[in-house]
Amino acid sequence: MRRGGPWAAHLAVAVFVLLWTLPLLGLVVTSLRDRDQIAASGWWTAFSGVTLTRTFRTPPGGEGAQPGGRYALAGNALEGGGRVEAFGIDARRPAAFHPGAVADLGKGATLTVQADGAYSLTAPHGLAAPQGQRIFLTATVGPSPTLQNYADVLAATGIARSLLNSAIVAVPSTLFPVGLAVFAAYALAWMPFAGRRLVLAAVLGLMAVPLQVALIPLLKVHNAAGQALGLDPKGFVGVWLAHTGFGLPLAIYLIRNAMAALPREVIDSARLDGASDLAILTRIVLPLAAPAIAGFAVFQFIWTWNDLLVALVFLGPQGDRLVLTGRLLNLVGTHGGQWDILAASACVSVAVPVAVFLAFQRLLVRGLLSGVAD
Amino acid sequence: MIAGAGRMARLRPWLFLAPALAVLGLCLVYPLAATAWLSLHDRSGEGFVGAANFAWLVRDPAARAAAVNTVLWLMVVPAVSTLLGLIAAALTNRIGWGALARMLIFLPGAISLPGAVVIWKFVYDLRPEAGAQVGALNALVTALGGTPRAWIALPVWNSLFLMAILIWVQTGFAMVILSAALRAVPRATVEAARLDGADGVRGFLLIEVPQIRRSIAVVWTAITLASVKVFDIVLVMTNGQWNTNVLANLMFDWMFRGGGDSGRGAVLALALLALTAPILAWSMFCARTGRAGQGE
Repeated sequence: MRRGGPWAAHLAVAVFVLLWTLPLLGLVVTSLRDRDQIAASGWWTAFSGVTLTRTFRTPPGGEGAQPGGRYALAGNALEGGGRVEAFGIDARRPAAFHPGAVADLGKGATLTVQADGAYSLTAPHGLAAPQGQRIFLTATVGPSPTLQNYADVLAATGIARSLLNSAIVAVPSTLFPVGLAVFAAYALAWMPFAGRRLVLAAVLGLMAVPLQVALIPLLKVHNAAGQALGLDPKGFVGVWLAHTGFGLPLAIYLIRNAMAALPREVIDSARLDGASDLAILTRIVLPLAAPAIAGFAVFQFIWTWNDLLVALVFLGPQGDRLVLTGRLLNLVGTHGGQWDILAASACVSVAVPVAVFLAFQRLLVRGLLSGVAD
Repeated sequence: MIAGAGRMARLRPWLFLAPALAVLGLCLVYPLAATAWLSLHDRSGEGFVGAANFAWLVRDPAARAAAVNTVLWLMVVPAVSTLLGLIAAALTNRIGWGALARMLIFLPGAISLPGAVVIWKFVYDLRPEAGAQVGALNALVTALGGTPRAWIALPVWNSLFLMAILIWVQTGFAMVILSAALRAVPRATVEAARLDGADGVRGFLLIEVPQIRRSIAVVWTAITLASVKVFDIVLVMTNGQWNTNVLANLMFDWMFRGGGDSGRGAVLALALLALTAPILAWSMFCARTGRAGQGE
């Protein structure tokens, strides 16, 4: 590869990075744009300026002030800044006049729009347009980042509630499997007993079982138990249990690998000193295996936060228990094509796992790597 | 006393294992058996119907189409993700800003599949009117003089556009694992090969890739499992329309359609299991031969 020169590697990696980041960047930029601008031009134009076509209607013409004996109306047709490229008075020719040109409205009335959007309308005897005069504008609007889309989705779509639900699902679903797996992994790594290889093989085998295979019976058990105990049928207990069960094989496997890689002398000398297994686990093995355990926890948190299937099955596809992924699914159905809503909602839903990823990337990679140790 | 202590010592590992095994039994082992049982019963799970659900799976056109698509996902996504991951790993290992590039390429791995679908739905967006295309793909096609299309409704190709999303999500994972594996290849091996004339791409393929074949196998396996299970992408993007359905989405559909048909749902789940069975056998084999790492 060196033969191609280092610039070839730099260029190829740059292409990779662009392809892998631009789709996400496009959505983030879109979420910060005004709804009209999103529909008018691609997000990549947001940094320069966008040409929009707008319609403005002057206040109704009545018997206004008449300086110099003529009726006059003035104001600014361009709200929110920008520059007028052309204007018109007829929907069929909306860009007939350059800024500063005088448009003849008939019966002696004239209209002028300046580049900054200032318009002045004059007429000899008052304006006979009870709804006001329509002005068609072609205007260039500069980048105008706005948080309005976020305010809208947080207020109206239930995204805020779903953010809380996702946290309620993901945090226990991360802590439970770690807590259970630590003990199992220690037993499989450092406690000799008959059948250990068999248990380990079974755990590995379960790792390859698609969770769909377990879903129907587990849901039936969940519903039956809920009915017998009088629990809320759409409570969080079912999701926690399912995520714990589905995450356990990988948790046991990764944490066991990390524990098994510890130097044997350390454990042996602790045993000779009379330390119990529980003491060895909590005082020696846990601190040493902490990075791998934390790595799995990061992985499991991101996984459970991002899950849609388990949440849909146990919390239902509607209602106030929806997690972010489920909410997003519903919004795609109800607001398809409304990119202001979809982009902002998607950005809210990916913000937490992306932040966790960026903060703990090293731990995550280390945890994953302990699963492939040759 | 000693007998009691011995019994305690024999029991202790099982005490450590018990909570985890109990949850695994409830959440995975029992449901696995129950799914097999349900597959032989009717929609309510009570009346025995023999192999009727399996016959339905084989004959039903919708189920067959979903099975074909799932097999396509299984073949395309792991192969492309692993290959791209390998290329990205080799390249980023050779440049100064490789770690930063890896982080950026790995980043989509943290995004939920529904989130990734929204991101790519926007890339594939089609504006019906004559105005500007705001979807990146159609804008590019228009700029090159082509005709904008509804990519997601385009027969056969649309499945590839859906697979691209999972490839986008999984390539970073493959790259991170393979990059670490490549860096662990002893320099001496690579240098010796270079002296023997195995330089550049040829040296990479002949010397370095064989050294990391186990990591490649693990990555391929993990992405295959993710591809079998994929359901979110299809549900959110098309819900199986335009001949894009996969078994996992069809199963979700039958779990709840008309109050739910547990027999057909179970049969579809078993079909997913059958597709992963070779992988299951492989990982069991690795565990039995002790390649999954050593311990005491």
